[in-house]
Amino acid sequence: MKKKQICKEAFKAAFPHTVPIFAGFWFLGLTYGIYMNVSGFSFWYPMLMSLTIFAGSMEFITVNLLLGAFNPLQALALTLMINARHLFYGISMLENYKNTGRKKFYLIFGMCDESFSINYTAKIPEHVDKSWFMFFVTLLNHLYWVFGATLGGICGSFIRFDTEGLEFVMTAMFVVIFMEQWMKEKDKTSALMGLFLSALSLVLLGPEHFIIPAMAAILFFLTMGRKSLQKGGDGA
Amino acid sequence: MSMTVTQQIITIAVVVFGTMLTRFLPFLFFPAGKETPEYIRYLGKVLPAAVFGLLVVYCLKNVNIFEGSHGIPEAVSIAVVVLLHLWKRQMLLSIAGGTICYMLLVQFLF
Repeated sequence: MKKKQICKEAFKAAFPHTVPIFAGFWFLGLTYGIYMNVSGFSFWYPMLMSLTIFAGSMEFITVNLLLGAFNPLQALALTLMINARHLFYGISMLENYKNTGRKKFYLIFGMCDESFSINYTAKIPEHVDKSWFMFFVTLLNHLYWVFGATLGGICGSFIRFDTEGLEFVMTAMFVVIFMEQWMKEKDKTSALMGLFLSALSLVLLGPEHFIIPAMAAILFFLTMGRKSLQKGGDGA
Repeated sequence: MSMTVTQQIITIAVVVFGTMLTRFLPFLFFPAGKETPEYIRYLGKVLPAAVFGLLVVYCLKNVNIFEGSHGIPEAVSIAVVVLLHLWKRQMLLSIAGGTICYMLLVQFLF
């Protein structure tokens, strides 16, 4: 197959997987752009920030950072804390992103929650080139986000919408992805641990501080259970 | 006490750097050319299931069971997603169904 043909096939296979993200991202991106607009920033800010940071929740927080006193160290610490979950994505994608050539840099750069989830779980058809598929999933998600954020930054205060609740599309998607992974795996220990330990951490520590302790607990118990999990856990 | 443009650029650059660090670190530590330690490969296999659980909880982190709508719209809509997915196993249908249910609930009932 020619390269053009390979790209076309991969794009056709990738696009349907990104449709829920399209719904979620243009809306969340729009909200983010509007938020920046009403906070007094020109549309260049949400446009360039969505392009370069490309980590939704962190971008909302950066707005607050920009409005406060200049403190780059605090900004770095906060970023590392909030985005620490990406470390787990990286460890999970070490194998999948192997042999992706020059696309690898962009695949890692654009590895947001959604791109990771799709690229990890999607059943890519045999005839489709895997690395181009993952590339298009990442690229499309990235574009939706930048598009929404820029539009929100430009239109800002003009927009009135009755789309309250549309943000739930992201939750719904992660529930579905969780279920897909659940059905695929024989051993449910890890999935249950993820739910239970995160929920416990959230109840004990609150929404601001629960992620890192939850990750530490997950890592601890997965390491402790290695012997028994390794035996039955070759489902994926 | 608002920032100068230079300070803004530095702040944004720091956030970009921090985010990239969290994404690139595993790949820098365990490059493709070298054999990845067995423990890390084990983690790569068992972590995702737990991570998706973490992500579901992460999405719901601001739901308060004791105030407002008590998390009822979220609980009902997640049930809809799960049931739809068990029934048809069509990703888009499950996601759309749950989201529409949630929108109707928060706009008209709660």
